[in-house]
Amino acid sequence: MSSSTLRGLLLISLAVLTSGCSTVVLSPAGDVARQQAHLVVASTVLMLLIIVPVMVLTGVFAWRYRASNQAAKYEPDWNHSTSLELVIWSAPLLIIIALGALTWIATHTLDPFRPVSRVSATQPLQAEVKPLRVQAVALDWKWLFIYPDYGIATVNEMAAPVDRPIDIQITSSTVMNAFYVPALAGMIYAMPAMETQLHAVINKPGNYEGFSANYSGAGFSGMRFRFYGVSDGEFDAWIKKAKDAGGQLSRDAYLALEKPSEREPVRRYAEVMPGLYDAIVNLCVSPGKMCQKDMAAIDARGGLGLAGVYNVARLAYDKPRTRGEIGGPQSYVLAMCAPDDVTASAPAFKPVLSAATSAKTR
Amino acid sequence: MSNHITPAVNDQAFYLTEEHHVENGTMLGFWIYLMSDCLIFACLFAMFGVLGGNYAAGPGPKDLFDLDLVAVNTTMLLLSSITYGFAMLEMARNRKGATLAWLAITGCFGLAFVGIELTEFHHMIAEGAGPQRSAFLSSFFTLVGTHGLHVSFGILWLITLMVQLTQRGFTVEMRRRLNCLSLFWHFLDLIWIGVFTFVYLMGVLR
Amino acid sequence: MHDQTPLMHTLFGRLTWDAVPLHEPILLWTFVVVALVGGSLLAAITYHGKWGYLWREWFTSVDHKKIGIMYIVLAVVMLLRGFADALMMRLQQAMAFGDSMGYLPPHHYDQIFTAHGVIMIFFVAMPLVVGLMNVVVPLQIGARDVAFPFLNNFSFWMTVAGAVLVMMSLFVGEFARTGWLAYPPLSGPAYSPDVGVDYYIWSLQIAGVGTLLSGVNFIVTIVKMRAPGMTLMKMPVFTWTALCTNVLIVAAFPVLTAVLALLSMDRYVGTNFFSNDFGGNAMMYVNLIWIWGHPEVYILILPVFGVFSEVVSTFCGKRLFGYTSMVYATVVITILSYLVWLHHFFTMGSGASVNSFFGITTMIISIPTGAKMFNWLFTMYRGRIRFEVPMLWTMGFMFTFVIGGMTGVLLAVPPADFVLHNSLFLIAHFHNVIIGGVLFGAFAAINFWFPKAMGFRLEPFWGKVSFWFWLSGFWFAFTPLYILGLMGVTRRLSHFDDPSLQIWFQIAAFGAFLVLLGILAFLMQLFVSFRNRDQLRDTTGDPWNGRTLEWSTSSPAPAYNFAFTPVVHDQDAWADMKQRGYTRPTQGYLPIHMPKNTPAGIVLAGFAMTCGFALIWQIWWLAIAAFVSMVASAIIHTFNRDRDFYIQPDEVAQVEAERTRLLAQAQG
Repeated sequence: MSSSTLRGLLLISLAVLTSGCSTVVLSPAGDVARQQAHLVVASTVLMLLIIVPVMVLTGVFAWRYRASNQAAKYEPDWNHSTSLELVIWSAPLLIIIALGALTWIATHTLDPFRPVSRVSATQPLQAEVKPLRVQAVALDWKWLFIYPDYGIATVNEMAAPVDRPIDIQITSSTVMNAFYVPALAGMIYAMPAMETQLHAVINKPGNYEGFSANYSGAGFSGMRFRFYGVSDGEFDAWIKKAKDAGGQLSRDAYLALEKPSEREPVRRYAEVMPGLYDAIVNLCVSPGKMCQKDMAAIDARGGLGLAGVYNVARLAYDKPRTRGEIGGPQSYVLAMCAPDDVTASAPAFKPVLSAATSAKTR
Repeated sequence: MSNHITPAVNDQAFYLTEEHHVENGTMLGFWIYLMSDCLIFACLFAMFGVLGGNYAAGPGPKDLFDLDLVAVNTTMLLLSSITYGFAMLEMARNRKGATLAWLAITGCFGLAFVGIELTEFHHMIAEGAGPQRSAFLSSFFTLVGTHGLHVSFGILWLITLMVQLTQRGFTVEMRRRLNCLSLFWHFLDLIWIGVFTFVYLMGVLR
Repeated sequence: MHDQTPLMHTLFGRLTWDAVPLHEPILLWTFVVVALVGGSLLAAITYHGKWGYLWREWFTSVDHKKIGIMYIVLAVVMLLRGFADALMMRLQQAMAFGDSMGYLPPHHYDQIFTAHGVIMIFFVAMPLVVGLMNVVVPLQIGARDVAFPFLNNFSFWMTVAGAVLVMMSLFVGEFARTGWLAYPPLSGPAYSPDVGVDYYIWSLQIAGVGTLLSGVNFIVTIVKMRAPGMTLMKMPVFTWTALCTNVLIVAAFPVLTAVLALLSMDRYVGTNFFSNDFGGNAMMYVNLIWIWGHPEVYILILPVFGVFSEVVSTFCGKRLFGYTSMVYATVVITILSYLVWLHHFFTMGSGASVNSFFGITTMIISIPTGAKMFNWLFTMYRGRIRFEVPMLWTMGFMFTFVIGGMTGVLLAVPPADFVLHNSLFLIAHFHNVIIGGVLFGAFAAINFWFPKAMGFRLEPFWGKVSFWFWLSGFWFAFTPLYILGLMGVTRRLSHFDDPSLQIWFQIAAFGAFLVLLGILAFLMQLFVSFRNRDQLRDTTGDPWNGRTLEWSTSSPAPAYNFAFTPVVHDQDAWADMKQRGYTRPTQGYLPIHMPKNTPAGIVLAGFAMTCGFALIWQIWWLAIAAFVSMVASAIIHTFNRDRDFYIQPDEVAQVEAERTRLLAQAQG
């Protein structure tokens, strides 16, 4: 290999290294992500302790013991050395013990379900600062953010004041997604009928990218949002912008929003139906559908008995949700009692019950 | 494990001067297959373990299971295992007719088992408690149904072997095949004891 | 589709002319090319009157060597398809920035990445590994064939049936758009109602049966059929890794069968295992599929660890360093591979203790793997290294795989995984271990054992060209992906907003182009070697100065493998025989008991494939008919008593006399 190509390769690897170090994952703006980045670097360095010698030795041995080098020692029957075996098993073991300890501690301190314990490396948590609560919902294919303490909601845009802890509750309306803002903190799955949590804090003001990091179908590539780290004043202005936008995220508005769509522009809602997020997690925004938590409570008491067999309806009117035309209508379990805001439009529960009783008497 | 060195081999020999007789591996292979089948059941049991309480506000085990019927059903299958055992004893005595008779009885018990199970399924589906109604019922039908499917194939296999036994008598191959089916049959019995305990008894106690 | 008459619906189920993608130019052209190539191949076979030969000598063959070769041919053919998918993805990602949407709509792109993953794992890597085991293991243990030769043929054809179904999805209907593991609810009936996921399910189920049976087959072969004297601790390392891999197959594939069966229940019967309503639990699918999926990667990598062990010790002209620790490392990896599956979804939100448990078990696997690495290293120490093509691939592996291993351990640290999961960093990592490990190993093995299988060596020049293109192509293609992963770019995207990323994707596309040259060079190598087969002929049966039993017989090995069953006294049995002055016996042959060829395997697999196709398109009558035929032919096969024959001593004498002549020629 000529020296110029060697120099070229060196330059390229240098470029690769520097470009790698300035990336968002390795130099993020949020404290949690930063700790994770440190962990990435620390683990890599720890492993390089053994990787580098192995690679060097491979190169050295390959060169030294090449067949043409008759000067090198040749011992065709040398195949065992207890002390060497001890070294080759214990060296990786030691590294893994160190890494394992690091992992155990970091996994616990950086558990996304655990509230942040500091604002940044230099800034402890102030007891009086209340965390910002956000409820993030992965829809097909956009993100809905509900701010329960402010009563507003936005689509495909999220903001948070700098240095204030953020508690995010995450769910999905249909399939699995993952909530990921690389600058803020690691990702966590968004799953239907389940809630995951992420606790984080943003330390630098800025306009960051957020997206779904788990493939969820045709519109996945466009399932991106902006995440703004802002000052307290700017955050209030941001909230006010949503308030001024007017519009209410009612049950019907949500059901319309929930339908699959791609590359949605930012939307703002001044008001959110109380309990909407709860209904989303429990898959009971559609009127008449039984909430998962009610179902769980009923199941814990042994179900509804044989009468419960008939407590099912078909979601025939909602074709687009099934993302195709061949799939039959989706069925669902009927609610025992309709939520207050939809008493008028809910499918009647009575005839179903009477069908059940008549079936019994037959 | 590798103890099939023939005495003719001396310490320095490079090769055998006679044909190397390898022990037949069918029983081992079949045993390994059974273990892999056991893993399929393990997955289905795990599924039932996780989903068994999710009635989706529908009927639960107490509403659906008829333990008397299941007891009869279980008896059928256990008896079939015993009668298969008798068939194997008769095989050891080289009595073809008696072996065939016991195999036939085994088959009848098996058929009775499958029949009762189908009746139970039909009854539940007619009541509206089909596999679609809830995750509990999905995992119930799949677990019990997979076992039933195995028994059905076992019966088909039993009939095949009975025909072959009639034709060929007790050849080495026939004995091996009957032994394999015996393993299969007792294995299904074992699985059923798991089903009976975890699905039916514990379901009703739940 | 909706105006289908009831009669047509009964006859053809969901299958209509709409399913044939006449409106998609890319697919149409692919079809034209495939039809032309395939058609001319079939025409050539017909013209040369080779159908009878192929049928008698290959398709119905129960000879493990021929089945092994057919597996590898299948793998190479499917590699071309899988790599075409890869090129298309690289091209799309290099193009689709800002206003440009690239040339593939998501509907098509999503099928491509799904098909790429499925094909590369199930129909390239698996057939390569199983094919190698077929060619080598019986020879290495001094056996005449595998324990169940018919089952072996059947397993192969089931794998082919699965592959054919995947290929069919290209031109009839479509493939899944779910990613290669088809997580529900996305793969459930509600969100993937069309045939794509059904193609996925049935091709994997059918191929999975084949894999499982060959797993059973090889365990029994290795446990029961070793030559006298070959105790477990005298088994060649490749055979050891094959044993462990097959144990993994038998212990992992049933889980895949079960979980796919549950998914198909959801899709066909309307059960609620993984649905959102009615109490289903999609997380169970994710758990179960990875309980299969993680052992699967060790199923692939363990045998190539064995390959590298054989290659290193042969080309260093030296005993393998630390045989015992190599064996224990393999066994430890086998066991541990079941305790790590959750590291594929740390981000699902299990508690910190659960996550760190699985993270640490994953790291522990790197200890035996590291020990293996050192063993190869110290085998080179004080050796006489001949850098033939197999050794080159091994060196490429040693430099490449350590990086993949390192990034793998990094991803096993849960908080690090939170920022790198599902990113292109992850993509780079697993390609780093699968290409740098499995594929490099497969190429090393093909170059190493080719003379044993075919009777002539592979031409080294094009082999070296192929190696250097693959190696450089790999690093050009995947270094940018590591970097993009650190930039927070996630996988499976068909379009990007940020134009600053484009340069990295272009470099990656260039790397993929280099790999293409590597593949072409490999095909060239096959072609040139075939053309020059007379010069490259291996007359000795031992072209590399090998150390294990397969090199003690002729190349290609005779149908009966060994005229006399060898007796083993040492781990490197053949090296030991050579050292102690072995002379080949030339008389005293005995009749050799061999299994007879049978068409039952190909017939059964044909019915299975038909049944799968009918189920995909919901042509119920055909599915039932095919299933009944399959069961019936299996039963009929059990009535067949004409299963074996004897190769008579004079026939053996003839074959061995020819070998004597060739050996004399080689020496003279």
